[in-house]
Amino acid sequence: MISAHLPALQVVLPLLGAVVCAFLKRGSWAWLVALAVSLVLPAIALGLLYQTYEGGTISYALGGWRPPFGIEYRVDIFNAFVLVLVSVIGAVIMPYAKRSVEHEIPEDKQAWFYAIYLLCLCGLLGIAITGDAFNAFVFMEISSLATYALIAMGRDRRALLAAYQYLIMGTIGATFYVIGVGLLYSMTGTLNLADMANRLAGIEDSRAVLAALAFLTVGISLKLALFPLHVWLPNAYAYAPSMATVFLSATATKVAVYLLLRYFFSVFGVSVIYADLPVSWIFLVLSIAAMFGASLVAVFQANIKRMLAYSSVAQIGYITLGIAIANKTGLAGGIVHLFNHAIMKAALFMALGSIFFRIGSVRIEDLAGIAKRMPVTAGVFVVGGLGLIGVPGTAGFISKWYLGLGAIENGWWWLLMLIVLSSAIAVLYVGRVVEVMWFREPSPVAKKAEEPPLSMLLPTLLLTFATIYFGFDTFLTAHMADLAAQLLLTGGR
Amino acid sequence: MNLLQEIIAHYNHWIIIFLMVSGLYIVVAHGNMIKKLVGLSLFQTSVYLLYLSPGKILGGTPPILSDQFTVYSNPLPHVLILTAIVVGVATIALGLALVVRINEAFGTIEEDEIFAEDEDE
Repeated sequence: MISAHLPALQVVLPLLGAVVCAFLKRGSWAWLVALAVSLVLPAIALGLLYQTYEGGTISYALGGWRPPFGIEYRVDIFNAFVLVLVSVIGAVIMPYAKRSVEHEIPEDKQAWFYAIYLLCLCGLLGIAITGDAFNAFVFMEISSLATYALIAMGRDRRALLAAYQYLIMGTIGATFYVIGVGLLYSMTGTLNLADMANRLAGIEDSRAVLAALAFLTVGISLKLALFPLHVWLPNAYAYAPSMATVFLSATATKVAVYLLLRYFFSVFGVSVIYADLPVSWIFLVLSIAAMFGASLVAVFQANIKRMLAYSSVAQIGYITLGIAIANKTGLAGGIVHLFNHAIMKAALFMALGSIFFRIGSVRIEDLAGIAKRMPVTAGVFVVGGLGLIGVPGTAGFISKWYLGLGAIENGWWWLLMLIVLSSAIAVLYVGRVVEVMWFREPSPVAKKAEEPPLSMLLPTLLLTFATIYFGFDTFLTAHMADLAAQLLLTGGR
Repeated sequence: MNLLQEIIAHYNHWIIIFLMVSGLYIVVAHGNMIKKLVGLSLFQTSVYLLYLSPGKILGGTPPILSDQFTVYSNPLPHVLILTAIVVGVATIALGLALVVRINEAFGTIEEDEIFAEDEDE
C-alpha cells in the first residue's frame, strides 16, 4: 500500500510543503509546515533503508512508466543511507531553525526562507533517490538554485557576492554535468543509469565515453567542492544564515559525493575507473592537497564560520580519499565519513550559530572567554572539534580508522602517516578556538552572553551525543557503509 | 581531403565547441557581472545544441506513426532541452536578481571594484 510509494513521497512531500510555505504569510506558520514535513521524511527514509536492508534494491516506476523508458527511482542500501542522512539532518535542524531564523531573517521573508529550504531539501533527496541521469540534473538545479537563494539571505552584504560566485561556479559545474550526460546519451541512447551501465559494456574506451567521464567528474567535483574546485565554498558558508550553513555543510556536498560514486561505480564500473584510468591517483593527490592545504588555511582564519568552512574542504578530502584508496575498507571509510562529518559539522555550525544568536559575531576575538557564559555551547564545540581531529571515542575516529586500514591494505604506510599528520593540523585550528573560548578573559560582548534557548540547545546536544555515540556503536554507520562499499565495488545498482 | 570532409561533416560539433569555449571564456575573462551571466547563458546554450543536433536524423520525420514514413527523428532530446531551457532561464533570472541587489549594496557591478571595496573594511 503506502509503503510501496515511499520513494515518490520522499521527494513529493517537501516539494508540496515548499509550495504551501510560499503561500503562507506568517513565518511561524511556514515553520510549522516545514517542521511537519521534515519530521515525516526521516521516517520514510528509514522505512526505505529497512526495505532495502531486508529485501534488496527497490525499483519504483514514477508515474507508472516502465523503466528504462520512464523515470525510475531506484533505492539500494547506499542511497537509502544517504537519504537517511539528509532527512535526519533536515529534521534535527528544524527545531533549531525557528529562533535562529527569527533572529537573522526579516519577518516578511521568513515564510519564503522555509519554502526555499524545503525546495533545497527536495532537490537533494531527489538527486539521491533517482535512477535517471537527466532527472538527477533537474534535481541538482532545484537544490542549487535554492541554495543560492538561501545563501543570499545572509545579513552581511558579502552574502550576495558569495551567492553570485557560487551561482557562476555551480552553473558551470551543472552544465559540465549535462554535457557529460549528453555525451553518454548520444552513445547509449538511454538516460536510465542502470540501463546505461549495461549498454556501456564494450564501448568504455571510446573517446566520447571517456570525455563524458571527464565532464561528469569535473562537474560533480565542482558541486562537492573537491580541492581545487572549492573556492566557492568558504564564502558561501561564512556569510549564509546560520541555519542554512548548518544544513548545507551537512548535506549538499555529501549528496554530490554520492552522485560521483554512483557514476564511478554503478555506471562506468570499477574496471574503467581504476584499471584503465589514473582516477585513483588524481583523487589521491587532490585529496591529500585538500587535507593539508585547506586545513592550513583554516588555522589562519579570524572568522570562525569561515574556519569551519575551510575545515569542511579538508574533511571532504578524507571522503574522496576513500575513492582513491579503492579497496572495500577504504571506500567504506569514505562513505562512513560522509555520515560522521555531516553530524560533527552540523553540531559545530549549530554551536557557532547559537553563539552568533547571543553575541552577533563569530570572530575569534569576540569569542574570547565565552565558555564562562555559555559552557554547554562551548563544550559542544570541544566535542565536535575532537571529532574533526579524529580522537578515539568520537565518530571521526571511526572514519579515519577505516581509511587508515584501507591504506594499509594497499601497503600505503606513508598515507597512514599523512592522515595522522593532517589530523595534527586539525588539532591546531580546533585547539586555537577552544583555547580562546575557555582560557581567555571574556571579551566585552562575551560577558553579556548566555546559553541559547532550549529549542536551539537540544538539537545541538543531540548531534553532539550522536558524535560520541557513533564513535562506539557503528552498526548504523560503518556496517551500512561496509554494505554500500561492497555493493559499489561489485558494480551493483 | 578526407580530413577536410570529416571536419565539414561534423560542422554541428564545431559550432557547439565554439559557443561552449567562447561562453566559458567570457565568464572567466570579464569582471562585469552582467557580462559574466551573458557568457554563462551562451555556455548553457551550446549544450542545448549538443543534445538537439544528434536527435535529428537526415530524412527523418517527427515520430508520428504513418505508413508513408519509416525513418523518425528522436523527440526525446527536445523534451530534455525544454527542461534545460527552463532551468537556464531560472538560473539567469536568479543571477540577474542577485546582480541588482549587489548593485544596491555595493554601488557597482564590477568585480574588481567590489573586491577593492571589501578590502577597505
